[in-house]
Amino acid sequence: MSSILDIIGTSEFWYSVIRVTTPILFAALGALISDSAGVINIALEGSMLWSAFAGVVFSAWFDNAWIGLLAAIIIGGLVGLMLAYFALNLKTDIILSAIALNLMAAGGTVFLLFVVSGDRGISSSLDSRILPKLFTGLADNVPIIGPVIFGHNVLTYVAFVLVFATWFFMFKTPMGLRLRAVGENFHAADSVGISVKKIQYQALVLSGVMAGLGGAFMSMGYVSWFSQNMTAGRGFIALAAKAMGGVSPIGTMIASLFFGFASALANYEAEISVPAEFVKMIPYIFTIVGLVVYASKKQADVKRIRQKQAEAATSSKGEK
Amino acid sequence: MIKKLDRLRKFEMLRTLAAVGLALAIAFILILLTSEQPIQAIRAFALGPISKFRYFGNVIELMIPLLFTGLAVSVMFSANQFNLISEGAFFVGALGSSWIATNFLLPAGIHPVVGILVAGMIGAVVAVIPALLKLKWNADVLVSSLMLNYILMFLGFYFLNYHLRDPNAGDMASFKFPASAKLLRILPGTRVHIGLIVAILAVILVYLLMFKTRWGYEIRMVGKNESFARYSGMNVFRVIVVSQMVGGFLAGLGGGIEMLGMYTRFKYKTLPGFGWDGVIVAILAKNNPALVPVGAFFLAYLRIGADIMSRSTDVSSQLVGIIQGVVIILVAAEHFMSKRKNRIIYEESMADLSAAKEAK
Repeated sequence: MSSILDIIGTSEFWYSVIRVTTPILFAALGALISDSAGVINIALEGSMLWSAFAGVVFSAWFDNAWIGLLAAIIIGGLVGLMLAYFALNLKTDIILSAIALNLMAAGGTVFLLFVVSGDRGISSSLDSRILPKLFTGLADNVPIIGPVIFGHNVLTYVAFVLVFATWFFMFKTPMGLRLRAVGENFHAADSVGISVKKIQYQALVLSGVMAGLGGAFMSMGYVSWFSQNMTAGRGFIALAAKAMGGVSPIGTMIASLFFGFASALANYEAEISVPAEFVKMIPYIFTIVGLVVYASKKQADVKRIRQKQAEAATSSKGEK
Repeated sequence: MIKKLDRLRKFEMLRTLAAVGLALAIAFILILLTSEQPIQAIRAFALGPISKFRYFGNVIELMIPLLFTGLAVSVMFSANQFNLISEGAFFVGALGSSWIATNFLLPAGIHPVVGILVAGMIGAVVAVIPALLKLKWNADVLVSSLMLNYILMFLGFYFLNYHLRDPNAGDMASFKFPASAKLLRILPGTRVHIGLIVAILAVILVYLLMFKTRWGYEIRMVGKNESFARYSGMNVFRVIVVSQMVGGFLAGLGGGIEMLGMYTRFKYKTLPGFGWDGVIVAILAKNNPALVPVGAFFLAYLRIGADIMSRSTDVSSQLVGIIQGVVIILVAAEHFMSKRKNRIIYEESMADLSAAKEAK
């Protein structure tokens, strides 16, 4: 056990926590936005995968990482748009549509990778770019926390800034209010003249864009290539992080960091004296436990509120 | 009334065919755009599986696991539970049957029967976990079952690594299955095994369960309208648990049968994906067990065709992923060709109405 404590004591470990949290956080914020508008986006995984692919291909074609990033953002949003079209216009069940989009992403990226580069499963012949790291100079100059919070990929900083931007957007702007109104009660929102469909379209596109940023990070920061199914379920973990984080972006961030912690620990499997299989299980076990704790807490809250309402109703009757 | 239902059912079939046709058309266009040998590619894709008896045997071989997971997902989704545990249940079922095969000495006829029954039971046990988490604590079934799949995979690898692993196998794989544990091959020249018969029996039994018994009625009722089912006195808790266990049993059974029918040792390196395939089959079959064989055959044909195509031409077999996605979306889309559907309903009702008036 002392070896786990040794690992947790190092700044490299906490640096890697932040690093592995980044893609989960992007996707979880995306899940938060779409869920707030009452539309569940399970296609985050597909958005991430297409974006990771687009980032590599476009940055290689244009010899420019920023164009790769732009392409990733656009593609991520497009997947969200497609989900919106299937679910809101064609009236396909939104979960089935998303499953279909994820399947298409898993197969389509490999198919197109072969078409554009001749590579099978991994982009070894594409000379793709990576996004720069920021504040690398500060990492060594600031004691203790310097090596942890500085020297990350630019998108890592974007992710954490977006936590606050999302909070501001959701709770301080008229559009955020409309978004939450639609998610809370779309009949009521409809009756006051909010176009439910339009808001849900916007929410799904925006959540796709968020996942797209996560995908760009995967292939142009976390690693410097695209490989088959490289997102490996991060879009799904993000759904769990969202579910645990509740309705606030800050909560989403804390839940994402929690998963980042578990995943980072799993990366140290060789140094922990527990069978590697169990270490790799940690993030998923955390997810289920977190999900149960959050869902049961919510259920208890609802029960308590109902009970209070019932008590209030009976006492007011008694007064009459 | 019966005539009206028939016409609607015919239309639903036509609609599914149109969706499949559209998806194939998209695939052919993609081949034309990206391949330097499009004619060969399309021919290999469309006709490859029937060009040789052995290839057609491959289609039937691949159908067997798809039948089981397709049935499993149909039953689970019928209760309106988006439980994706079939993937994990199939995997642990395959592992469970490998354990029985390599660690127990049983007579030839009994050995595989015990193996696949144990596989089914393990599948049933794991499949009920997400349902219980939902019923007890209201945890989302979809997310918890997805996470559980990964946990089961790592748990399975642990078990394989420390209990079943053959140190002389070179790779991470179990000991070889003894001859007594393997399923009988029934079609010379192919690897089609007796699991096909079991699968056909399963299709019939699950159809009877879902449409001819009270349990099946209750499962479908809970799936259509849970509150209504509850108010009409059904034990929703029990119905959901039973439906998920039946689904898990089928998926686990499929895993065991696939392992003992097609492999000489357990050597999966990741989740094999048959659970997700089961979702596709169930969508194509509209959760109707009687149509599961059609969906399974279509998907197996598509896969084998794509394999043959990628081996003989410059088109990647991953093209199938795109076809699958388009088919799912169009088949599941209520509004795809809905104008025509509404017109049929309208015309039939008008006909009924005028008939009723005349009767008066």
